[in-house]
Amino acid sequence: MIPLNFALAHSLPELVLAIGALGLVLAGAIRGRISDWLVTEIAVGVLGLGILVLLGGRGTAIVFGGAFVDDSFGRFMKILSYAGSLVALLMAQDFLVREKIDKFEFPVLILLATLGMSLLISANGLIALYLGLELMSLSLYVVAAFHRDNSRASEAGLKYFVLGALSSGMLLYGASLLYGFAGTVSFSGIAASVRGAPSLGVIFGLVFLMAGLAFKISAVPFHMWVPDVYEGAPTPVTAFFASAPKIAAFAVTVRVVITAFPGIAVQWQQIIIFVSILSMALGSFAAIGQTNIKRLMAYSSIGHVGFALVGLAADSAAGVAGVLFYMAIYLVMLLGTFAAILSMRVNGRAVENISDLAGLARNDGAMAFFLAMLMFSLAGIPPLAGFFAKFYVFYAAVEAHLYWLAVIGFVTSVVAAFYYLQIVKIIYFDEPAPSFDKAPAVLRAVLALGGLAVLLLFAYPGPFVSAAEAAAKSLF
Amino acid sequence: MSIALGHYLVVAAILFTLGVAGIIVNRKSIIVILMSVELILLAVNINLVAFSAFLGDLTGQIYALFVLTVAAAEAAIGLAILVTYFRNRGTIAVEDINMMKG
Repeated sequence: MIPLNFALAHSLPELVLAIGALGLVLAGAIRGRISDWLVTEIAVGVLGLGILVLLGGRGTAIVFGGAFVDDSFGRFMKILSYAGSLVALLMAQDFLVREKIDKFEFPVLILLATLGMSLLISANGLIALYLGLELMSLSLYVVAAFHRDNSRASEAGLKYFVLGALSSGMLLYGASLLYGFAGTVSFSGIAASVRGAPSLGVIFGLVFLMAGLAFKISAVPFHMWVPDVYEGAPTPVTAFFASAPKIAAFAVTVRVVITAFPGIAVQWQQIIIFVSILSMALGSFAAIGQTNIKRLMAYSSIGHVGFALVGLAADSAAGVAGVLFYMAIYLVMLLGTFAAILSMRVNGRAVENISDLAGLARNDGAMAFFLAMLMFSLAGIPPLAGFFAKFYVFYAAVEAHLYWLAVIGFVTSVVAAFYYLQIVKIIYFDEPAPSFDKAPAVLRAVLALGGLAVLLLFAYPGPFVSAAEAAAKSLF
Repeated sequence: MSIALGHYLVVAAILFTLGVAGIIVNRKSIIVILMSVELILLAVNINLVAFSAFLGDLTGQIYALFVLTVAAAEAAIGLAILVTYFRNRGTIAVEDINMMKG
């Protein structure tokens, strides 16, 4: 019998978030809107405290009757998703106040969604996986429709809800089949019973489960909600959607295939490779010709999911380390880019067309430079961070003899470079559009930090790579 | 002829297919989509309880209870979002959800 305080010590980050979120709900019922009190600051503090607790975590432990696992893989991914939520919250503050949707529920919902992600990342069985996923998704549906008097936002929320509920249903159907045919819900139990030639029920279960997870990481062919939701949702919400929940869903995808299905790697590798190729291709080609920058980022994020899946397809510790490293760098690039998108305001009105960026270099040299660096990095041009991220996953694929997958990845990233470089061209060489208002200090700071991070990573990548490798090893 | 595990699985599979078809084929009302989602979750619950009885293992029934709880929360949130959508647009026809395309 594992003592309770041992279990609680290993779920301390989740406890911090849960207590923080519940406390804020109580306080919010009395205090009211965001601008009246320090709700965002307290929520940021709670997330920061969670990150500190995670940084102090050591070892691997399975607690709560085998439902919850605390290992360095989980801690790595949790730190990323907490950090994504934290920065998204900070960036949201100014937007919410300007659009008059500064209700105190926003930080609370972000905290609850992050708690769901945390449980999802640590899930060690199908029940915990489903509950974590739903806690995350239900919060996200509400956040997507948070601007409830805006018809685009409520349409985005509705689309996200309908397709999200469908995907949860598919995931759940797959989970029920796996439970029936493997006889257990724990990942290690499934791994023990699913070996060699799997039964048809297990294959069906695996396919439905992967379909549900592919939806949550927004991989093709379950991507149809992404552009509409990213475009329609309030911009800080889009920044949040593209960062933290995606990282959490990716983490659970990796954990499921590596720890629950090592015996039928050939089967799930086929699915991952198929999804990866389609995502890379669609992310590269469909983004060309987009005029709305949020929509472009939606296709860009689909493409990046495809690239990261290349690492997972390799089914090796190096591949998973590549995925972790990719997610970390993607998070930095994405938050930096969205800081720039949130800064796009002309006379107090938010603009989101790519043409509004025209001639930015002459209006605001610093913003233009950092945004251009982020675009180069998203395109994967050396020596920026995005290049190293792609390099590690492709290298893992080559090591696993998936040469043609690496080649397809390379070709599609060249195609994708076209639209990133086009944005750089618009920023530097087009006739200036009306200049933007002065952005809040938080957004300028996030943009500058993101730009500098991708620019300078090549000088000192060691600690990040070794952290990703150590985290990946704990899965094998 | 006794009713075996296979019969329950077939019923669940039919319900699941109906639910998915109801979401994809349906062109009329979003309420029908919400009903289809419930149908999918119902199919899953039948699966879980049937497997649980077959395996002699209680986990499946506990899982089914969790699914029921989450389904209630999901329906509440879905209806809430539907109401805000109706306030903005004055319609809940599926073919009118087309402000964003491309």
